[in-house]
Amino acid sequence: MSVTAIHDDHHDHGPTKGFMRWVTTTNHKDIGTLYLVFSLAMFMVGGAMALVIRAELFEPGMQFVDPLFFNSMTTLHALIMVFGAVMPAFAGLANWMIPMMIGSPDMALPRLNNWSFWLLPFAAVMLVSTLFMDGGAAAAGWTLYPPLSLQAGASFPFTIFTIHILGISSIMAAINIIVTILNMRAPGMTLMKMPLFVWTWLITAFLLIAIMPVFAGAVTMLLTDKFFGTSFFNAAGGGDPVLYQHLFWFFGHPEVYVLILPSFGIVSQIIPTFARKPLFGYSSMVYATASIGFLSFVVWAHHQYTVGMPVEGELYFTYATMLIAVPTGVKVFNWMSTMWQGAMTFEAPMLWAIAFVVLFTMGGFTGLMMAISPADLQYHDTYFIVAHFHYVLVSGAVFAIIAAVYYWLPKWTGVMYDERLANLHFWLTTISVNVCFFPQHFLGLAGMPRRIPDYALQFAEFNAWSSVGAFVFGFSQLILCYIVVKSMRGEGEKATDEVWEGASEHGLEWQLPSPAPYHTWEHSPHIH
Amino acid sequence: MALHGSYYLPHKATQPILGSIGLFMLLVGFSNYLNGSDLGPTMMWIGVGILAYMMFVWFGSVIRESVAGLYNHQVDVSFRMGMIWFITSEVFFFAAFFGALFYSRILALPWMGGEGSALGVHTHQYLWDTFKNVWPSNGPGHIGGKEGGEFEPMAAWGIPAINTLILLTSGATVTWAHWGMLKDNRKQLIIGLAATVALGFLFVILQGVEYHEAYSEMGLTLGTGIYGSTFFMLTGFHGLHVSIGAIILTVVLLRSIRGHFSSENHFAFEAAAWYWHFVDVVWLGLFIFVYWL
Repeated sequence: MSVTAIHDDHHDHGPTKGFMRWVTTTNHKDIGTLYLVFSLAMFMVGGAMALVIRAELFEPGMQFVDPLFFNSMTTLHALIMVFGAVMPAFAGLANWMIPMMIGSPDMALPRLNNWSFWLLPFAAVMLVSTLFMDGGAAAAGWTLYPPLSLQAGASFPFTIFTIHILGISSIMAAINIIVTILNMRAPGMTLMKMPLFVWTWLITAFLLIAIMPVFAGAVTMLLTDKFFGTSFFNAAGGGDPVLYQHLFWFFGHPEVYVLILPSFGIVSQIIPTFARKPLFGYSSMVYATASIGFLSFVVWAHHQYTVGMPVEGELYFTYATMLIAVPTGVKVFNWMSTMWQGAMTFEAPMLWAIAFVVLFTMGGFTGLMMAISPADLQYHDTYFIVAHFHYVLVSGAVFAIIAAVYYWLPKWTGVMYDERLANLHFWLTTISVNVCFFPQHFLGLAGMPRRIPDYALQFAEFNAWSSVGAFVFGFSQLILCYIVVKSMRGEGEKATDEVWEGASEHGLEWQLPSPAPYHTWEHSPHIH
Repeated sequence: MALHGSYYLPHKATQPILGSIGLFMLLVGFSNYLNGSDLGPTMMWIGVGILAYMMFVWFGSVIRESVAGLYNHQVDVSFRMGMIWFITSEVFFFAAFFGALFYSRILALPWMGGEGSALGVHTHQYLWDTFKNVWPSNGPGHIGGKEGGEFEPMAAWGIPAINTLILLTSGATVTWAHWGMLKDNRKQLIIGLAATVALGFLFVILQGVEYHEAYSEMGLTLGTGIYGSTFFMLTGFHGLHVSIGAIILTVVLLRSIRGHFSSENHFAFEAAAWYWHFVDVVWLGLFIFVYWL
């Protein structure tokens, strides 16, 4: 379908001035920027909470915080990183890149787009404000399992409603992305020509539409159990607390794929550009993404192996979970084959993408270990789990987001970042992330439980290592902030339109000027 | 596909931030109310007011833009797709509560009643070893209900059966109204829509009567164990959706009377009709699994 865009004010083709520009904007690039800046801010807030956790765990004994506050830190760190940092970062990238990549003038539903973003700061205020309430912030873990989560103080309803607002925001964003991809593509941009980032976001958006309402329903039941006398999770009334776990993980497992599928897309954009080859096995990448999306819905109870399920259930969820390794393996081999005999260069985005492939795969392997239910009885709720999901979420999702920022920052701002600083950032981060999380595998296998502010003496050394790694990791991210702020101020060498050598063969966004003008593709390009 | 004009992109949207402020005040107010603060209800109602105002302004702009002919075919397709995926998300919202019902009836209660103990499920033994699982149940603790935990379940073949007929009929009347729209027969459109709206509100009233009976005579409340919880949450959220659907249809009826639609251009009508059919289908699920079986 051919597209020409009209704007309701023909004389005003640039942004309006001042703060209200950002509040009332319907421009996909503005909204993308808002999402990304919000995400970076939340990354710092959630990161500060992680450093509180690691400071307390630096040595055995109670040093800095009381146990309740420690539990609030683990809970809020997770909620903020998942819903405040990673998901908004992907939404920001989707906003910026999807219309430019498919040759559309904007997102399909621009007003809704504005609302999707502007719900987030309100949700963040609501969640963080619970720190100052009677009884402290939510402290039962991000999974909010009853009956523990029901024992929270004044923070309880605020936590629940934060999730409702986040859910509304995510669902609206997902609807917008699906509609944009299905309805706004330039002529000739068939589905099987779409960049992988667009494909992975399409499937992610389907997942979001299916899971966020279930999460909203589950926490609504928590709310009514606490305040309106229902018995959903109360065995005395015929309910079952395990029901919550099923509902939560029906959301939670696809949710972790929401956090990783767009990363797959990003890496699939970057590796071909710097290997100077087309992506190996494009269509198998698409099918693998779709398979992972489907499988994500039928494996949830592998998070609950120790809760007391019938053995048939344990068997089924073990086998179904291991099946996911197949499409994921397809992806990893495709990335390696893309690099094979490529004319590779190692600018910052490529470094992060390669680190993603290596470290994410490690996280994937530990995931495979935990998929086996009899073995998981040993790993469950230990630091092994913490190590696993930080490998896939930090050196996975976060690395991919940082890769994306370096990759597209010159297109957004029109200036190149400082490659030397970016290299420093990369090596500091990559080394420290491993110093931080690798010892946690050993801690977990030796039996150190997660979500605990104190521990037995034999765990001291690895914990000290881990804390040192965490602090180096945390402060290294200030380099990222510096680089981003510098580019946003337009300081640096002017970027070419293509930015990366030969990139214009790898996507429509590289055919636009750098920085990308306020309105792009008002007349849709023709794709051959 | 032919190009009719251009894709309309609005600038300077002031509605969303109003919506965020309204929703924030509503939920913070409600939280304060639940925590027992006097400030809560006032704040909540201010939030409701802001949200209602936001919807007037937002839908108002969309209607003005639509009537001014700013929306081409492609915009129409975006709206349609958006509505379909919104309804899909609603389906999954109800799925969570149906899931709670099925899980309780098929797994949790039988296990608590002793089933599966040969396979190593020891719930029965460790919790209430005298509990017998009979649906409907308010659990081994006989939570809620009248004195002694007694309650009467809601029979399918009274008001619920009448309500089924009402909703199915309303599904037919809205389709008949659509036929009127397609033939540019405004009289048929308006009569069909008016009948649908009337049936919708009648449904809500009858459900109110049913709830009143449940609370005052049958010992059946939201607090009556798992049966009361699933019954009222499922039928309650459904009733809320019927009310929303009826309000949407009322707006569409008023717009039809003002002549906003044509046989070519009537997305709002169709969106309302889709929503109505969705509410209808959910009801069939409720009638079968909550009332009947």
